[in-house]
Amino acid sequence: MEVTFRIKRYNPELPGKDKPYWQEFTLKDVVATDRVLELLHRIKWEQDGTLTMRRSCSHGICGSDAMRINGINALACKLLIRDVGEKVQVEPILGLPVLKDLVVDMEPFFEHYRAVMPYMVNNTPVPADGRERLQNQTDKDQITETTNCILCACCTTSCPSFWANGKYVGPAAIVQAHRFIFDTRDQTSPTRLQALSDPNGVWRCRTIYNCTPACPRGIQVTKAIGEVKLAIRKNSTQNVVKVSEIKEH
Amino acid sequence: MHIHKHEVIIVGAGGAGLMAALYASQGGADVAVISKLYPTRSHTGAALGGIGAALGNMEEDKPLWHAYDTVKGGDYLADQDAAKVLAEEAVAAVVELEHMGLPYDRNENGRISQRRFGGHTSNFGEKPVRRACHSADRTGHMILQTLYQQCIKNNARFFDEFHVIDLIVNNGVACGVVAVQLSTGDMHIFHGKAIFFATGGWGRVWQITSNAHSLTGDGAAICFRRGVPMQDMEFYQFHPTGLYGLGVLLTEGIRGEGGVLINGKGERFMEKYAPKIKDLASRDVVSRSIYMELRAGNGINGKNYVYLDIRPETVNRFLAEAGETRRIDTSTVIKALAETLDLCRTYAGVDPLTQPMPIQPTAHYAMGGIPTNIDTEVILDENKTVMRGLYAAGECACVSAHGANRLGTNSLVDLVVFGRRGGMVMANYVKGVDWTPLPDKPTAEIEAEFNRIRNSKGKLKTAELRNKMQQVMMDKVGVFRKGSEITEAVEDVKALTQEYMTNITIDDRGFKFNTDLLEAWELGNLLELAHVTAVSAVARTESRGAHSREDFPNRDDDQWMVHTLAKRCTDDLYPAEVPAMELNHKKAVDTSLADLDPRFLPKERTY
Ligand SMILES: Cc1cc2nc3c(=O)[nH]c(=O)nc-3n(C[C@H](O)[C@H](O)[C@H](O)COP(=O)(O)OP(=O)(O)OC[C@H]3O[C@@H](n4cnc5c(N)ncnc54)[C@H](O)[C@@H]3O)c2cc1C
Ligand code: FES
Repeated sequence: MEVTFRIKRYNPELPGKDKPYWQEFTLKDVVATDRVLELLHRIKWEQDGTLTMRRSCSHGICGSDAMRINGINALACKLLIRDVGEKVQVEPILGLPVLKDLVVDMEPFFEHYRAVMPYMVNNTPVPADGRERLQNQTDKDQITETTNCILCACCTTSCPSFWANGKYVGPAAIVQAHRFIFDTRDQTSPTRLQALSDPNGVWRCRTIYNCTPACPRGIQVTKAIGEVKLAIRKNSTQNVVKVSEIKEH
Repeated sequence: MHIHKHEVIIVGAGGAGLMAALYASQGGADVAVISKLYPTRSHTGAALGGIGAALGNMEEDKPLWHAYDTVKGGDYLADQDAAKVLAEEAVAAVVELEHMGLPYDRNENGRISQRRFGGHTSNFGEKPVRRACHSADRTGHMILQTLYQQCIKNNARFFDEFHVIDLIVNNGVACGVVAVQLSTGDMHIFHGKAIFFATGGWGRVWQITSNAHSLTGDGAAICFRRGVPMQDMEFYQFHPTGLYGLGVLLTEGIRGEGGVLINGKGERFMEKYAPKIKDLASRDVVSRSIYMELRAGNGINGKNYVYLDIRPETVNRFLAEAGETRRIDTSTVIKALAETLDLCRTYAGVDPLTQPMPIQPTAHYAMGGIPTNIDTEVILDENKTVMRGLYAAGECACVSAHGANRLGTNSLVDLVVFGRRGGMVMANYVKGVDWTPLPDKPTAEIEAEFNRIRNSKGKLKTAELRNKMQQVMMDKVGVFRKGSEITEAVEDVKALTQEYMTNITIDDRGFKFNTDLLEAWELGNLLELAHVTAVSAVARTESRGAHSREDFPNRDDDQWMVHTLAKRCTDDLYPAEVPAMELNHKKAVDTSLADLDPRFLPKERTY
């Protein structure tokens, strides 16, 4: 089949192309199972080598290629043509400065990530036998879903609250915080919860719900944010997370 | 020119690089980590099944058994001192990752849960053992995230999206690297006392691969051009279960949970090839068995693939036949193999709970690479002469714990064990040495090459050339090899390299985020490594591990208990002609465990 791509371009170095503009490309011999990323590669490799995007793994695990495809955030390598149809519009994710074509400046995103102290703190000495700390599987399951996050930014850059105010830490940072707040081995939940109750923390979430369908890892982002809100209200992390039934996504 | 000065310069932020960064900074060194990708994009994150360590949480296990499996899996080409370090230090490293916060799955006692994996056995090959520690089937993702988190906690200095393009050597001492900053196109010099390469593999040499687009062997090629030999390049692993047509990896953990391989006649064919441990034989054996089935016309519907079946009814039928009491159900599969289900559904439209998965072998892992000793110091010859200031670990390095074939879960072990050792060794080293000054004009040669590519006006797009190379390597230097075909491949790759040097063109002549230019430069690395691989493969006239010669079907321990060291016969970084290659087969395999225990002596490998 033939597929038409409409891509938002921008190249700060080239006069005439240094303002965002749209460009169309047509590809022949496309099959329904081709990935959008593969086809962007075909454009880059066969038609226009200046087309610029980030990518690496090509199977949805590295988080490099978040883009807005037909108006919805997704990883280009995880969307197939059969999911998006024969007319494909691709533009950079919103809310972060565009550097070139589909490449945005990720620094503000990672700054929010770092602000939630995304690392385990446990000052109790490790077990005397030198072995692992114990944790039961049910406790571990509280964070199974949120540890799945690959920091692709699909959720944060789909959030109208984040578009309206770039200071909002955003869904991804909250998901990352959730992963530690509800890790029974961690000892810094109070500090994290306090940081997240800041005006630019969880309360900027208006449960608009864009983030959940945008997540390529199937994380129930809005639910996770809700759990953090509840923990702040209860001032406790006990009995907050309902480990979802093993769910099929 | 921007010049940065840090005692330890780490190139690569996958598992090996981050582990080294952590331990070097904990040892008091001033560390910089340079990575062409954001650290969390590194391919370590794609590792699925698990990390092996003889914790003995599920049943009795010992590091010595792990070392034995590693040596045997490596078809006795593994250096036994390295295999010993790998198996012994795995235990501490895996536990330390837990202390850092890694969310392992747990057993009923709250300890780290472990599962079976190909080639891992108890008591010297007696029966499969549960040794692979895991976090569902996204163990690599969790390792990468956990290490990155710890680096943030420790305020590590990162240079993200800086692409390293050359190694700086002064009087035989490594003293820095040159990197391009992606966002500006500017060149930066990083001046260091210890330079550590952890740039990962080069699966992109082949057409069907589980490897990321970014895995282009930059670090290995850079060191090679600066006079470091490449060791054992003929040993490249094809993983048996890549998703048909795409090469995306389906973890061995599927077979660990009970999954079986089925041919077009509906037979569980691994019973023929590995009667004892069947589908869990080591990877080279399983990949070859699949090819034999395909050749015998036993593919599915006459096509080039077979099935991997994890449907509970299939698995339980075989478990019952084998007299095992264990049974699996849908929820076991969903829990243990969430990632796999997602991959199959997304990319193949197949639901593994109700349908078998179509698979074919896929280029997966480089056993060879930059030669090092067990302290990650880079070595230059059969006498293990150390190149001062230069270190390497992870997939780009060859220590060689994996010999001719790596066991599943042992790469992640390699990253954390040798990354950790490297970090500690470098922290010590930099305390005791002075700065080696930078040589004159350290960027001259690499700048000339970049200018050549930027201004190239030939006829061939780099993607076209890359495709041709990948096809040649897939057809002629793949799972089964013949002398005549590999010789053709050498000539083909040389011809393609000549084209690369004289007749390419790119579209993007700018500086900012010029991925067109960098991809072209990466192709130069792939060609360089394809060439060494083919040259090394022609010379080894035996079959061992992943290197399987139809014209020399047997292992030949009298002649070939040696590593291959391949050297480029020129000091010129970018010579006008494709450089000749010199092979050295004098570096003997370390057999220090066999000296103490005859069970480590080479013998026929049966599973
Ligand atoms: C799909 C898949 C599944 C796997 N599953 C398992 C498993 O279950 N168990 C197991 O043990 N092993 C597994 N492996 C193998 C294992 O994941 C890899 O061998 C290992 O992760 C390599 O780690 P590394 O640190 O050496 O390199 P990588 O993680 O590949 O990282 C390379 C780093 O180098 C950087 N880099 C590269 N070139 C440059 C340059 N020129 N300049 C600057 N930076 C550069 C990159 O940005 C990156 O940060 C799997 C591999 C694949 C592909
Ligand atoms: S390229 Fe890695 S997630 Fe798409």
